[in-house]
Amino acid sequence: MTEPIEIARRESSVLRISVRTAAIMLAFTMAFTALMAGTYKATAPLVEASALAEKLRLIGEVLPPGTYDNDLLADAITLSPQASLGLDEDTRVWRARKNGAPVALVLEAAARDGYSGRISLILAITADGRLLAQRVTAHKETPGLGDYIDPKKDRNKTRPWITQFSNLGFDLVPREKWRVKKDGGRFDQMTGATISARAVTNASGRALAWTVENRNKLFTLQANSRFEESKP
Amino acid sequence: MSAYKEIAWNGIWKQNTILAQVLGLCPLLAVSSNLVNAVSLGLATIVVMLLSNFAISALRALIPYEIRIPVFILIIAALVTVIDLAFNAFLHDLYLVLGIFIPLIVTNCIVLARVEAFAAKNGLRAATLDGLMMGVGFVWVIALLGAVREFIGQGTLFAGIEMIFPSLSGIQILPEDYPGFLIAMLPPGAFFVLGLLIAGRNWLDARANQRLREKRLHDQPPAPNTVAA
Repeated sequence: MTEPIEIARRESSVLRISVRTAAIMLAFTMAFTALMAGTYKATAPLVEASALAEKLRLIGEVLPPGTYDNDLLADAITLSPQASLGLDEDTRVWRARKNGAPVALVLEAAARDGYSGRISLILAITADGRLLAQRVTAHKETPGLGDYIDPKKDRNKTRPWITQFSNLGFDLVPREKWRVKKDGGRFDQMTGATISARAVTNASGRALAWTVENRNKLFTLQANSRFEESKP
Repeated sequence: MSAYKEIAWNGIWKQNTILAQVLGLCPLLAVSSNLVNAVSLGLATIVVMLLSNFAISALRALIPYEIRIPVFILIIAALVTVIDLAFNAFLHDLYLVLGIFIPLIVTNCIVLARVEAFAAKNGLRAATLDGLMMGVGFVWVIALLGAVREFIGQGTLFAGIEMIFPSLSGIQILPEDYPGFLIAMLPPGAFFVLGLLIAGRNWLDARANQRLREKRLHDQPPAPNTVAA
């Protein structure tokens, strides 16, 4: 039979080791969390600046800076999540004007039916209902296969796939023809990688239809106000 | 000196992370569909392995044995986060290309494997060299895998290099109208090519061993008085 004192000592040493180990784990966690938090704090301004520059560059790609004269980034409204745009989060809509007259809207949209995950788009749509240009801002399509929807990855450098939508509206391409050729529409797709092209084409068609329907409200809302769904 | 040489040889060939240990296949197979992506992931992996081996070798005296694995994971994840943020802030152009690969590295168990098997038991210089060399071994295999898949899959090499060096462009090797070979670009193609590479390594090793054995037989005719082992 073991002496009660011996048992008590053993138990206290187990407890001591456990507490010590836990304290070391806690110390490591705190030290490395501090390291991450410090790096985050130190780099956040730079990261935000480059994200803004990237956004401006993308806006500049779909909407040539010479076509408007207002402060585009200030003349923006917040858009509540729009199912027709494939969005389930708040986004911004920027409004380009020249001499006060509406020129174009720059907005974001997303395709949910890509080959793998969400394809995010930025589109510029003119006041008279033409898709000025669109770009893919984020996607996870197969590298070397479906990623030609991004002109940086498109092997056709002179006329990337995404540029065939430029300056088209439903007056030139009827709504039911706004599809890839494989679906009976008029837009090309690459053989063997139709899904990515179909997702982008259909998403841009939906976005254009939605914008044309709502353009008056989008242009007239007070800057920095919020666009809510008008009807159920 | 020869200890360092052995570390280098282990990393590049003998205990190559992919060909011999067959570890870290998830990012390997996902990203090796073309050469530029493969090398990009490889370079990011070198940086992470170098730093995590260094950090853990430096802290190894402070880490209790019982909780070493959670502490290793904590340190690796923290380092990867710091590298990710620093890349984004200071090398933004490169980050746009490599950025998506950096979080993938946390899922690469080879980092944890080297930390546990080597850095936790060895000095700073040896551990750092081991991280570097294991990374180099990873890079050359993933580069080869990426090159083979890109060549078979779309008939090019270095496609997408203009995103890293704007003055360069990819090379079209097979004729422009090459229809591509879809399966090479998809995960099954990665498994096929990886299997062939591993088989190739085993064949080379087997041949080298065979040669060695023949040479020994040739050089040393059966001695009458064998030295006791």
